[in-house]
Amino acid sequence: MREVIFYVAGIIVLASAVACITNRSPVASALWLVAVLFNLSVAYVLLDAHFIAALQVLVYAGAIMVLFLFVIMLLNIGRPGPTDIKGARGKLIAVVAGLLMVAELAALRSVELPSEASLPDGAVARIVERQGAVQAVAIPLFQQYLIPFELTSIMLLAAVVGAVVLAKRKL
Amino acid sequence: MLLQPALVFSALLFTIGVVGVLLRRNAIVIFMCIELMLNAVNLTFVALSQRYGLDGQVFVFFVMTVAAAEAAVGLAIIIALYRHHATANLDTINLLRG
Repeated sequence: MREVIFYVAGIIVLASAVACITNRSPVASALWLVAVLFNLSVAYVLLDAHFIAALQVLVYAGAIMVLFLFVIMLLNIGRPGPTDIKGARGKLIAVVAGLLMVAELAALRSVELPSEASLPDGAVARIVERQGAVQAVAIPLFQQYLIPFELTSIMLLAAVVGAVVLAKRKL
Repeated sequence: MLLQPALVFSALLFTIGVVGVLLRRNAIVIFMCIELMLNAVNLTFVALSQRYGLDGQVFVFFVMTVAAAEAAVGLAIIIALYRHHATANLDTINLLRG
């Protein structure tokens, strides 16, 4: 059952991603991207990452996609116009590069995952069951990775200031 | 274990993102394709965190933060470009072309 739902979600992710990059209208692309993000969060639930799945819906499908749609609205490029998909040469280059990329990633299948660091089967699911989905992520985040976490807040501040400075007509 | 199919889906999703960047001219759609690639990486992290501990999920948290900051700054740059060129088509923005 778990496998079936995972495969269905994965196939919807890939189909929506293809629809996202081939659709002429930026608004339709953005909505297909929302479908990708939602179905990825289904996959995260099935991979025992419940907190990340919730964050995916809240932050990605919520906040970031609203930002995209807001900019599309602001620039008034939502209405269907001349297509921005490249011509035959551009399509050929894109497809060849994509096939090359798939071939390179398929070559990684021969790499053996390091087994000495791997946990026994179901260990992460047991940690999540014992500590709860949020605490299981929060404990490493606030102990082992506390300094990166604080640096992230500085980065966000810089991004806020940068966005305001770039988008404002006159300070 | 869903590790193998998750890695396959992630590889294909990343490739679709790369193809999208090469295929489109609209700056906003190219930005969405970059989000697709970031999500493919996140899927890899989550899939491997099942086997190598929860640090992978902490990394996904950081990737999401960076993606949010990147979206804010990038879209501000697109707005500034649009104000200057009255288009979001990257082929017409070629001031640095030799």
